[in-house]
Amino acid sequence: MNFAKIVRVAWDGLNLNKMRSFLTTLGVIIGVASVIIMLAVSAGAEAAIAEQINSLGANLLIVSPLRGVPGAARTLLLEDANAIAQQVVGISGVSAEQSPTAQTIKANGVTLEGIALVGTTADFPVVRDYALGEGRYFTADEDERKIKLVVLGAGLATDLFGEQSALGQSITIGTLRLTVIGVMAPKGQVADVDYDGRVYLPISLVLDKFMPSGPGGISMRRDAVRTIYIKVESQDKIDSVITQVTALLASRHDVDASQPDFTVQTQQDIIATQEAATAAFRDLLAWVAGVSLVVGGIGIMNIMLVSVTERTREIGLRMALGARPTDVLLQFLIEAIILSLAGGVVGVLAGVGGSYLFAQLGTMRTELVPASIPLAFGAAAAVGIFFGYYPATQAAKLDPIVALRRE
Amino acid sequence: MDTPIIEIKNLFKVYGEGEATVNALAGADVTVQRGEFVAVMGPSGSGKSTLMNIIGCLDRPTSGAYLLDGRDVSRLDKNELAKVRSQKIGFVFQSFNLLARLSALDNVMLPMLYNLHEKTDAHEQRRRAVAALEAVGLGQRMGHYPNQLSGGQQQRVAIARALVNQPPLILADEPTGNLDSQSSLEILEIFHRLHNQGTTIVVVTHEPDVAIQAQRIICLRDGSVVSQGGEGISPCLESRERATAQAQEATE
Repeated sequence: MNFAKIVRVAWDGLNLNKMRSFLTTLGVIIGVASVIIMLAVSAGAEAAIAEQINSLGANLLIVSPLRGVPGAARTLLLEDANAIAQQVVGISGVSAEQSPTAQTIKANGVTLEGIALVGTTADFPVVRDYALGEGRYFTADEDERKIKLVVLGAGLATDLFGEQSALGQSITIGTLRLTVIGVMAPKGQVADVDYDGRVYLPISLVLDKFMPSGPGGISMRRDAVRTIYIKVESQDKIDSVITQVTALLASRHDVDASQPDFTVQTQQDIIATQEAATAAFRDLLAWVAGVSLVVGGIGIMNIMLVSVTERTREIGLRMALGARPTDVLLQFLIEAIILSLAGGVVGVLAGVGGSYLFAQLGTMRTELVPASIPLAFGAAAAVGIFFGYYPATQAAKLDPIVALRRE
Repeated sequence: MDTPIIEIKNLFKVYGEGEATVNALAGADVTVQRGEFVAVMGPSGSGKSTLMNIIGCLDRPTSGAYLLDGRDVSRLDKNELAKVRSQKIGFVFQSFNLLARLSALDNVMLPMLYNLHEKTDAHEQRRRAVAALEAVGLGQRMGHYPNQLSGGQQQRVAIARALVNQPPLILADEPTGNLDSQSSLEILEIFHRLHNQGTTIVVVTHEPDVAIQAQRIICLRDGSVVSQGGEGISPCLESRERATAQAQEATE
């Protein structure tokens, strides 16, 4: 019997019980689709992190208070940033940042609630590779003197003033009146951060007017900053700058440089750390998806065994008519493979569609991993062969005399 | 004379081991010439079914020789036996064994699927299946499914299926066992017609009415052949003859 005919016979066998065949493939469909979706979700998460970190600007060092050390969150100060700017060699800018709680902004008769405020130093546009669209950024001097100036994100400027120029206008943030001196160039939304919808203020002003005084009073430093970004002149000076910054901050914080209460990281460090965290999660998801494929395979094996039992007489007849055990083996093996491959095809479509849908609904960023499609498909085929083989041998082993006598 | 189509010598078939051994066949000798129409009879337990399974190459003897169409097939493995079945034997079963999901024509085409001996294209296979159905008088019902056919018609489809690979031997196991007397007569008529056209037919039956239609009756008892038939009353029919005679006496 030639191969095309065996496939034909196997296909006819599956058509005997369409609903059952479909339900059997469901396990594989879910398994394959979840492999693809899981990989797409974790790839999306990693891409989002990488994009976010890279959007901070090139040759950047990020200094943060060390998490998990009591009190460390309040130890990184504005003066630390100033000291770095003055003493470290090989840098082209330092920007300290602090973000208070979101505020209500009023201007031009428009009221916007829940707007993110970012306090920065004067170097912010240089350090973060974030150019101005019009006007100017405040100077270090203006920052120090806490002049009530503000630079708007591009989208926010349009929201408040429409086609009109925002420059020279005054806006009210909370109870504070400020003058708009610049509008940033559009940058859009990167990862979760909407750069265009924020306002940028002198950090001294933010620390003075918007940061709450701590309940303890004494322990809470109002000049603590969230992050210090350091722009290094060039790639090859990064190591030198890290060493200098670490030594400087350790001495300022009066801690041992080998056990600092802060971290100095490159973007690559941060990406690697985040990816390590998501990798464990991704592996878990992949295992879950793999297990559902195996469960799907067991479903196929189960239904093939039922099918062999139900069709014992047919098998006996085919053997009497000249079918060799090999022909019978192939017929049932191919039935199982068709089931799993059909599940694979539908599963790939469902997985790709599902990934796309997740992305469209905006609930989750997904990035389809091209390799996951042949991977999932191949796994489905392997499942079909592996779990179809046993029932097929059971069919091929049947004695035609016994099989024909079976009612 | 031609080589016989079936030549069985001193055939043994033993089931079980040790104390529990059963000799289903104990030194059976059977010869069937080409073109014969032979019935095989015997009470249950006589080894009738075992003999039929061996003649049909569904089973292998424990010892002894079986030459089918001049070739010793008693020691072939499963795959080789399957090949022999597809080329040499056309089966007709008591319960028809048609596949319900296939039309009469597709059922008849089934054996050609497994016949690797002859290279035939789909067109030629269809032509042969149609010819076989016409030979059993079902040329008008090729597209019907088994559940749309009467028992007699289904058995005729099964006979067409047995004929389609043009095997030298038709082996029928109680072919009329599930049929009413009218349909039984039709089936026997077809066998006669095929016989007249030169086909060799072996019918295994316990029905004397069917057996007497054959040229001779091979009678089995306790695993061996007690009569090759052909002369006088077959031992397998003696009880029937006695019963008939008694019935006649009673009426007289």
